Amino acid sequence: MLAKRIIPCLDVKDGQVVKGVRFRDHKIVGDILELAERYVEEGADELVFYDITASSDRRVVDKSWVEQVAKVLNIPFCVAGGIKTVDDAATLLAMGADKISINSPALADPGFIRTLVNTFGQQCIVVGIDSYFDIETQQYQVYQYTGDPSKTQKTRWLTQDWVQEVQTLGAGEIVLNCMNQDGVRKGYDLAQLSAIRTSCKIPLIASGGAGAMQDFADVFRNTDVDGALAASVFHSGQIAIPQLKSFLSQQSIQVRP
Amino acid sequence: MTVILNTGCGNLNSVRFALERLGQTVEMTADKATILSAERVIFPGVGSAEYAMEQLRQSGLDTLLPELSQPVLGICLGMQLLTDSSTETTETVTKTLSLIPGQTEALSNEGVRLPHMGWNQLQTISDHPLFHGITQEDFFYFVHGYGVKPSEYTIATCEYGQAFSAAIAKQNMMGVQFHPERSGLSGEKILRNFLEISA
Repeated sequence: MLAKRIIPCLDVKDGQVVKGVRFRDHKIVGDILELAERYVEEGADELVFYDITASSDRRVVDKSWVEQVAKVLNIPFCVAGGIKTVDDAATLLAMGADKISINSPALADPGFIRTLVNTFGQQCIVVGIDSYFDIETQQYQVYQYTGDPSKTQKTRWLTQDWVQEVQTLGAGEIVLNCMNQDGVRKGYDLAQLSAIRTSCKIPLIASGGAGAMQDFADVFRNTDVDGALAASVFHSGQIAIPQLKSFLSQQSIQVRP
Repeated sequence: MTVILNTGCGNLNSVRFALERLGQTVEMTADKATILSAERVIFPGVGSAEYAMEQLRQSGLDTLLPELSQPVLGICLGMQLLTDSSTETTETVTKTLSLIPGQTEALSNEGVRLPHMGWNQLQTISDHPLFHGITQEDFFYFVHGYGVKPSEYTIATCEYGQAFSAAIAKQNMMGVQFHPERSGLSGEKILRNFLEISA
């Protein structure tokens, strides 16, 4: 049986791993290679490296560490942030990244998703979506440039429509970051993830809100996502992956030990 | 020495790094003499079969591969290209290398989401040396939307809405659908086993 994936996300800025609360007030939590190796040993199923400044700063993700990461990892990893051209993607994949994830550039030019899929194959093209629940309109709205609060802006897309469009364009996986939950550790956005799951036929990864082991059990049980991504709870040591996996296993959720 | 075929497509570095972690000296090349003199050959690949076959034709690797007598391991698309054909869409059938009998077809999405992406266990495991020490408890990392139906050449199967070949073999030709280079310690065991198989 296909295992549910536990995916630590390492936000990278200037060659260091950071994680902020609600994307603000970043603090450094560790060296990239040190954290990557620790997560492999602990049993992470996949890692995501996300350059949080890249898109909003109009510069490409600093690539020098990608090859170093590829040398030490024996599990798949994805690189996100600032990938704007086919060449950017080609460089990262050639260095050993298994997948690349695009967000703002896909919103600026949805056809970019199809170009990447046609060039590199569906299996390595992930689309990240930052979704915010607007209380006034009672709708989930897609946001962009969320790496920088001063540049963050609402797009014309409702989340459900963008999820549909992204699938039509051929993406291989969607990471849905539920912004209302991000950094507050009160659990994944089960309502939103359930709603999106019904129309998402490709792998869907939950992001934003993990605070306790029960949150992971809840998201797998209630929304049938394929994986759950989290950062601070892992980086701080608050949740250890081996304990999390045995906890999930006891609740009959299939995980890789 | 182990040679990784430089097929011009896909993520070659991750396979190289995996072998280097096992202490191997590896060369990535499309040079015929180097490939012919290698102890063993790894044939990686991702992306579309049609594009990959075109790349192989351009570099002449399509005619070189059938000449090889040393152990050859195809990974993911590399495995699929060892079969007779690949059905990319219902309209197009791409003729592939015909080194291991079988057809590569789209997986059925009945009851499952595609691509089949993530860690899965094996349903059946033969006594082929490639799977020495591997049990049904081991997990392997898969990323694919096409597969090869189980046949007499299947040496391990996986189940995802349907049974498909997790690995196939015929004489010196072997192929795995999963990515041993990204399958943790279980994947390392497969690579070690391959390195111990001699011609």
